[in-house]
Amino acid sequence: MSTAPNEQSRSRGKAPAGERVADWADGRLGIYSLAKANMRKIFPDHWSFMLGEVCMYSFIIIILTGVYLTLFFHPSMNEVEYHGSYVPMQGQLMSEAFNSTLHISFDVRGGLLIRQIHHWGAVVFLAGMFVHMMRVFFTGAFRKPREVNWLFGFLLFVLGMFTGFTGYSLPDDLLSGTGVRIAEGLVLSVPIVGTYISFFLFGGEFPGHDFVARFYSIHILLLPGIMLGLMVAHLILVFYHKHTQFAGPGKTEKNVVGMPLLPVYMAKAGGFFFLVFGVLAVLAAVAQINPIWAMGPYRPDQVSTGAQPDWYMGFSEGFVRVMPGWEINVAGHTLVLGVLIPLIVFGLMLVSIAVYPFIESWITGDKREHHILDRPRNAPTRTALGVAWLTFFAMAMVGGGNDLWATHFHLSVNSVTYFVRIFLFAGPVIAYIVTKRICLGLQRRDREKVLHGRETGIIKRLPHGEFIEVHEPLSQEQLHTLTAHEQYTPAEIGPTVDENGVERKVPASQKLRAKLSNAYYGEHAQIPKPRAEEYKEITSGHGHH
Amino acid sequence: MKKLSARRRHPLAAVVVLLLALAATGGLYAAFAPAGKAQADESSQSLTIKEGKKLYEVGCASCHGTGGQGSSDGPSLVGVGAAAVDFQVGTGRMPAATSQGAQVPRKKPTYTQAQIDQLAAYVASLGAGPSVPTKQQYGPDGADIAKGGELFRTNCAQCHNFTGKGGALTKGKFAPTLEGVAPKHIYEAMQTGPQNMPSFPDTTMSEKNKKDIIAYLNAVNGDKTENPGGLELGGLGPVSEGLFGWIFGLGTLIAVAVWVAARTAKAKKS
Amino acid sequence: MSSQDIPEENLPAEQDHAHGAVATADEENPFADPGLPPHEHRIQDIDERAAKRSERAVAFLFTVSMLATIGFIVSYLAIPNDKSIFVFPIGHLSAMNFALGLTLGVALFCIGAGAVHWARTLMSDVEIADDRHPIEASPEVRAKVHADFRQGAAESGFGRRKLIRNTMFGAMALVPLSGVMLLGGLGPAPKTKLRHTMWAKGKRLVNMNTGQPLRPEDVAVGSLTFAMPDGMSEHDEDFQNEIAKAALMIVRLQPDDIKDKRELDWSHQGVVAYSKICTHVGCPISLYEQQTHHVLCPCHQSTFDLTDGARVIFGPAGHALPQLRIGVDSEGYLQALGDFEEPVGPAFWERG
Repeated sequence: MSTAPNEQSRSRGKAPAGERVADWADGRLGIYSLAKANMRKIFPDHWSFMLGEVCMYSFIIIILTGVYLTLFFHPSMNEVEYHGSYVPMQGQLMSEAFNSTLHISFDVRGGLLIRQIHHWGAVVFLAGMFVHMMRVFFTGAFRKPREVNWLFGFLLFVLGMFTGFTGYSLPDDLLSGTGVRIAEGLVLSVPIVGTYISFFLFGGEFPGHDFVARFYSIHILLLPGIMLGLMVAHLILVFYHKHTQFAGPGKTEKNVVGMPLLPVYMAKAGGFFFLVFGVLAVLAAVAQINPIWAMGPYRPDQVSTGAQPDWYMGFSEGFVRVMPGWEINVAGHTLVLGVLIPLIVFGLMLVSIAVYPFIESWITGDKREHHILDRPRNAPTRTALGVAWLTFFAMAMVGGGNDLWATHFHLSVNSVTYFVRIFLFAGPVIAYIVTKRICLGLQRRDREKVLHGRETGIIKRLPHGEFIEVHEPLSQEQLHTLTAHEQYTPAEIGPTVDENGVERKVPASQKLRAKLSNAYYGEHAQIPKPRAEEYKEITSGHGHH
Repeated sequence: MKKLSARRRHPLAAVVVLLLALAATGGLYAAFAPAGKAQADESSQSLTIKEGKKLYEVGCASCHGTGGQGSSDGPSLVGVGAAAVDFQVGTGRMPAATSQGAQVPRKKPTYTQAQIDQLAAYVASLGAGPSVPTKQQYGPDGADIAKGGELFRTNCAQCHNFTGKGGALTKGKFAPTLEGVAPKHIYEAMQTGPQNMPSFPDTTMSEKNKKDIIAYLNAVNGDKTENPGGLELGGLGPVSEGLFGWIFGLGTLIAVAVWVAARTAKAKKS
Repeated sequence: MSSQDIPEENLPAEQDHAHGAVATADEENPFADPGLPPHEHRIQDIDERAAKRSERAVAFLFTVSMLATIGFIVSYLAIPNDKSIFVFPIGHLSAMNFALGLTLGVALFCIGAGAVHWARTLMSDVEIADDRHPIEASPEVRAKVHADFRQGAAESGFGRRKLIRNTMFGAMALVPLSGVMLLGGLGPAPKTKLRHTMWAKGKRLVNMNTGQPLRPEDVAVGSLTFAMPDGMSEHDEDFQNEIAKAALMIVRLQPDDIKDKRELDWSHQGVVAYSKICTHVGCPISLYEQQTHHVLCPCHQSTFDLTDGARVIFGPAGHALPQLRIGVDSEGYLQALGDFEEPVGPAFWERG
């Protein structure tokens, strides 16, 4: 309105069409101020920073293929007789859900491919989130200001697990039906309300006629809807915080060094979507996943050995398998500890991921922003805790597949179970100690390298006969990179008596905090990084060392 | 006598007379021959049994006893029938190694089929038991594959997996894979219940049921079985799928990500 | 969260030396940040022929993608849906799935590979440093927001008019209860449904394989048979719900082998009938080892001893499998002498 008429006419006459469309949109959506901040947004280059993109793209691919599948899938448990083209099922009674999944697999052209992309996509999506989360954890990228984004990511992972579970339960095949039955058994173990929750979930007794339809709306609407929202929020925060980066020359807490969104990351990230989609399509072309026709329709009185969930639920299966059968009967009520404890451990294990950033920031008392990533070795206690958690997870996975370990390695399934019962606890402790040692060793090596240079492997004989290895001093870039990390000193409670000799009350939480801080940053938990004076003293000395 | 003379010209009369004569000769011979030479019989059946006994005494008697009565090293074979022998020896399980693990595994058979038949005939002569099934019984003619699938999932899949890939039992025992096992042997296994496998006798699982199950197995785990989606990944379900997804799915994507994020090679400084 | 009791010295000094400006090692700090290294050219930046080669490579990838898409369309139209082919290391597979997947994969992958190759070799690779700004607002903004909020809150009278505030809280707290109530329609109350099955006195045991009622002489020692109650059919509306509780596992033991007295009493000539549903979380348990008489659950490896009242001898199950009391009727068929005396399947709070 306020633009001068002559200016307007000029733009109409001369400007290219794209520019005019952009002007039109800016007048209504204000896209220019958005683009000003983001069009040349800088992203640092590192392969591990693309893990999140693997997740985002596989999620988009899952949504696309999922929508296609809904066009053919019937979420109904009505019983029908099969008359499709798969011979070994002819005339079998099955639910419409199973029938329509067979239809998609054998009678819809390309249906099997889309089904397989969808399922492989889910396996890769969850695996990608898992590795992405580990990357963020081990590099300390969850520290301020990114704790909330860590929580968003955590929620995405947990919701992804349940979206996966409700998804693979939809075909109502014998394997997934067994999984749903197990889930019902777990729900029944909940004290007081378990039986009611089970009856409300299944619309009465298991299996009933409702769960496929209910899981369907949870799987295609409720959970993915929440996840889409969380993913958008996750991305907005990544843009807003700007990406973290590893320490290096020219990289500080106050900048971000990399390539601009337009054009480099537009091409790289955009191209990466197609790469992910392409890999998943090839995977679906060559490898079969979830062949429900081989499993048959669900019947509560039938079962197959090797009944395992998809990998991301495998650790919960492990807890359930290795738990001893404890059951307490008191006053006409049953407390099914043998099932309830695994359920609780499953929850605690997930919660421990969510709360970790807050625990660490409480211990350090650090309120500053962190944009330079830690190398895992420079945070030995955190790294060791992470590896201990992973070991716990891995042990539970071994327990979840104890029968396959037994058959494929000629072991006794009972021995595998006993092994897991022990190493579920011993494994993480060992892993913690070993990891911490390795981290400290690596820190020591870094320190040596900074102070004495890189070992070249060249042996020199000195005039007086002594052999020495030539050490090449590090470049300025390397020196900076290896000493850029910060080191905390352990928190102390301070004097317990004040200046007037009056005893000061120290809250238990502060005592705990000091103790933990000492475990994290005490003498035995990190190697002091080289100080400038040390370096100067050594380098100013006579030549070699 | 009139009845007898009337049937004298029956086509089978000659056979009956011959058999009677043979039986009489044999009986007389047995009665008069010195003990230990009782097997010197001309009938092919007894000849087979005789050969079988020889084989038995060399290969089996050390564990199962000289008369098949069993010992601390091996169960009694009286009444197990020819089918059990044909299965155990035909799948190479018997003779078993002296020190075996939790159970005797399938291996390359040590005897030829002719020898196995002789052994089977001998063991069958020790006491009545199921005989070796005929091709008519386990062949695919007239089988209902889909019904077989349902029966398989009710009776077999709990140990042998959906498509017969095998699975774990207690304390190191296992249900073996059914891949490449001859239909006859599958039939015999159901009939006789080898080792820890329960038997599925005709009284509770009809001949037709067994035929259907074998036809289903051939359809889903035979040489020509199609896995429409591609690699079967062992047919083990989500565990192998998860492993494959991590290694080849995420692994490939990480390799791709390394390429995407890597620095392009710089031109050498001149 | 307060850290007032702990001195702040444990925080490392702010790493602020030499950011931004390109610094070199000085006497003060040998580890100082030397700043961004100078940009080096790629071969494509200085040699136009190399750049042309890259251009052709990108165009080639995009062309392959186009061809693959055409291949996809042709495959979709030309290959019969049920055609099976043999592909060497993989085996017999669906020709359609294989062709569609590969062509789609190649078409997509080549677009991505082309775009990335373009970005890596032809787009500028000069690294740019972008400044960060603190996430938290400046003190002035912070003060302004707080003041605005206080003013708004005061104008609403929220803090002053407690009656409004409290009734509003009450209303807001109560209104979700309507939603909770509506969830009540999701299912009926459990009542005693988990305690009863279709088994009742006089119900014959019907063989799942043949559909015929069982006689004790049908069940041989060492055999395994599954049974359902007479009158049940796969076509029944509630077949799944009923079989989930009534499924039965029948074996014959030598009466001398049976150690549990009740088990012997409830058997018929050594024929015992146990629930097929695992007492752990409900998998159909039926991995019967006829020599050890142990039954293993394929899902979580709970193991039960059938000669000893189906006692749990290994695994996570908390109690024995329920036994069904059986006998024979006047015609010599096996029949139930009542329902299970305890609930079958997984334990639950009200089980007792």
